[in-house]
Amino acid sequence: MAQLEADPVVLPDDPGGGPEVQVDYPGYRSTRWRVAERPLVTLPEEFHALDGPVFGEDAIGELDNDLTRQHPGEPIGERITVTGRILDEDGRPIRGTLVEIWQANAGGRYRHEVDQHPSPLDPNFSGAGRCRTDSDGRYRFVTIKPGAYPWGNHENAWRPQHIHFSVFGRQFTQRLVTQMYFPGDPLMEYDPIATSVRDPKARALLVARFDLDTTQPEWALGYQWDIVLGRGGAGTTPLEDA
Amino acid sequence: MTLPRTPSQTVGPFYSIGLSRDPQNQLADPRDPAAVRLIGVLVDGQGAPIPDGMVELWDPAGRRWGRSGTDSEGRFSFVVTKPEPLPGEAPRFDVLVFARGLLKHELTRVYFPDETEANAADPVWPGLDEESRATLVAEAEDGALRFDIRMRGDRHTVFFAH
Repeated sequence: MAQLEADPVVLPDDPGGGPEVQVDYPGYRSTRWRVAERPLVTLPEEFHALDGPVFGEDAIGELDNDLTRQHPGEPIGERITVTGRILDEDGRPIRGTLVEIWQANAGGRYRHEVDQHPSPLDPNFSGAGRCRTDSDGRYRFVTIKPGAYPWGNHENAWRPQHIHFSVFGRQFTQRLVTQMYFPGDPLMEYDPIATSVRDPKARALLVARFDLDTTQPEWALGYQWDIVLGRGGAGTTPLEDA
Repeated sequence: MTLPRTPSQTVGPFYSIGLSRDPQNQLADPRDPAAVRLIGVLVDGQGAPIPDGMVELWDPAGRRWGRSGTDSEGRFSFVVTKPEPLPGEAPRFDVLVFARGLLKHELTRVYFPDETEANAADPVWPGLDEESRATLVAEAEDGALRFDIRMRGDRHTVFFAH
């Protein structure tokens, strides 16, 4: 049994898998006892969807979106900017919404007590950032490219390089937590968290684009990644944003 | 034009670096005489506590929001006052559950034990059996409200499509 559990379950791509993750994807072993019992209950039509939550600008420090300037020295690693827009499915920008990120350092180690990967912590890197989107739905972070790291999911399992994103949207029903990956990462096809998005086209939406236009000469590589939030639950009527 | 939605991914085991930097579990002033602690345990389908989970509360009427990580025994806690009801509904919080192993967050609700009549008239009630309804109602316990969340198995919490 232990041997069976150690085997990675790699399912073939499913182009018909749809835009959603497969929440009970067997390759990601931690889903087994945690994913909520299905079927889910369908809520009655909701006519009361109110905007929110709203986060004031005062909650966010000036340097909160620059992960390279939170300590006396600069972190080790490849300096990058990650920019993009938060949009709804109609392409409208989501303004003033909170975007939070967290990530491993350049060696693939998180500043977290549970992470025991034998790669050094970087005294100049905490790995957390946040900002609010501007009037065009834009966010911007300055950070370093996170390293890949091993995890215990199966034999020789490595997470591709990624940055975690948490986004709120106009309504609580639009809430999204996801991960941004980097173009050309050879680990992605072996990673059951990424491949839990069965449709390769949908999975590609998780991959940032290298962008020479936002790459700053002699300073930082630019990556561009837009996030599209759902309308927020069947039957809800989104209110126009102010 | 419809843009394809960005798929969800798990918060993973290290979310607290980014999402638990500040205490954000007070939806009400603890000095408010009406304030009460809302506490619970997040458990998996084997009854084991989930120590790397996160719970978010949203008051859809008062537009109050909060989040609490779970501790090594799966416990989370909030300070709340009962939300106003939306028209035709019972007072409630929306509850989002995040954890390592959840590729997409799950949605449930917490209703109040002293609102039996309003709960019975809530639009969600007719679609649920007694046992399922019970999983959505907090219990009064030593002056606090207790709302345990069971992801799977026996007496599992009702979760909603979203």
